Amino acid sequence: MKTDHKKKAKAPLTIEQKIKRRNFISFGAFFALGGGAVAGWKWLLDAPEETPGITGGTRAPLRRALNKTELFFRNFFSNNHLVKTYDKERAAKTPRVNSLIGIEDDEDFDITTWKLHVKLNNLNSQYISIDEIKALPKTEIVYDFKCVEGWDEIQHWAGVRLSDFLAHFNLEEQAKKQYMGLETPNKAYYVGLERDSVFHPQTILAYEMNGKPISLEHGAPLRLIVPVKYGIKNLKRIGNMTFSDSRPKDYWAEQGYDYYSGL
Amino acid sequence: MKVIKEKHTFLMRWTHWVNFPVLAIMIWSGLFIYWANDAYGISIFGYSLIKFFPEWFYNFFHIPQRLAEGMAFHFLFMWFFFINGLLYIIYTIFSGAWRELMPNKNSFKEAWQVLLHDLHIRKTIPPQKKYNAAQRIAYTIIILMGIGSVVTGLAIYKPVQFYWICWLCGGYHFARILHFTLTIGYVFFFLIHIVQVILAGWNNFRAVVAGFEVVEEQQALRQEPITTEKTEDSDENRS
Repeated sequence: MKTDHKKKAKAPLTIEQKIKRRNFISFGAFFALGGGAVAGWKWLLDAPEETPGITGGTRAPLRRALNKTELFFRNFFSNNHLVKTYDKERAAKTPRVNSLIGIEDDEDFDITTWKLHVKLNNLNSQYISIDEIKALPKTEIVYDFKCVEGWDEIQHWAGVRLSDFLAHFNLEEQAKKQYMGLETPNKAYYVGLERDSVFHPQTILAYEMNGKPISLEHGAPLRLIVPVKYGIKNLKRIGNMTFSDSRPKDYWAEQGYDYYSGL
Repeated sequence: MKVIKEKHTFLMRWTHWVNFPVLAIMIWSGLFIYWANDAYGISIFGYSLIKFFPEWFYNFFHIPQRLAEGMAFHFLFMWFFFINGLLYIIYTIFSGAWRELMPNKNSFKEAWQVLLHDLHIRKTIPPQKKYNAAQRIAYTIIILMGIGSVVTGLAIYKPVQFYWICWLCGGYHFARILHFTLTIGYVFFFLIHIVQVILAGWNNFRAVVAGFEVVEEQQALRQEPITTEKTEDSDENRS
């Protein structure tokens, strides 16, 4: 309106002209921004998949966002934040079996000769039998197991606390590294855990379910129970344990899932 | 004569139009996630009335087998949904716009009258200000629903780190049900909203894009040096 005063030669805009002008500017901006949003959306939809590596299977910008979001939410992680526990009576009598990758595809597996293979460095390894593990103090947990698919089930597990295990077998020096990698004996299924979750007080190497030895399909003789992660990280039938400062291979992170998958 | 009357501020329009596609993406990616464990439905006396969702629905929108993709989209756009909503809430608080938006003690009675009027049961409509009583209730509830989605979402997303939020939402299992139910609520809100916008007409719609509406004002009123606030007062006096 101020320009009207300066240019006195021109007649002031009529109300109809003002309406037209504002309609034009507003809807022009509206459609320009809308077009920009559509273009941005198309860019994201058509964004190339990330280069397959430790993670894979998702659009590169979305993977960057997942990793950044992980960093933000890791600020809230604390060993004092515990998963809710329940009475034993609440636990499922026949817990759900959701996946047998690394178990059903391993015909050579012999549970009687099984030993946990801990890779100390490139040259040295340590082999630990199930009896040595069972000799350690037992930790029990009844909690709501959560699957990335969206279901949850109260389950009862028992075994040795992972931090106790590392201390007893003098693996604390190795465990100072940022990550622990775990694999099935046939290396078909594998997960990576960051140090925080390894040392969480509710993370256990389990050998009992509902007070009895774990069945083969639930991961006998030894499996991981990590309540601060989705089920996909709770590796069954642990064969190999490694330590590293970079992210170890992770089965589902290669298939487009968040590497962290923390709860 | 015709007069331009300012109606919606820039920030109100901006947050409204940003929310629309962002919420659409959240619902779309949320369906990818829900599909992986589509446990919900409505049944009465053991007879299943509705299953969320039938196969044809999933196939029509290409939903099956996209869980990882859905999570990746959901956990990016949740930020935009949250920041945009926060911006709106902060703005309405500090600008005082909440006074026009929150229901007051007459709102529920008036909203009933508005509903009867809209359904052509009642001839007269209660005197209207910027937002009528039904709108005040709807636009307040939708914000509460938005807050609910963020809170229940956090409860499902980090149930261990935010165990107290999870507890507030009635536990992990129930929080997922709430999160889903709120989403169904948005769909119903959207459908009613669209019908109302169409019925309200062009002038009303333009105000949400351009910010102004065109009103007919009597010449007599214009001669008096009155501010817009006073006209609102006289509106109120009539009620």
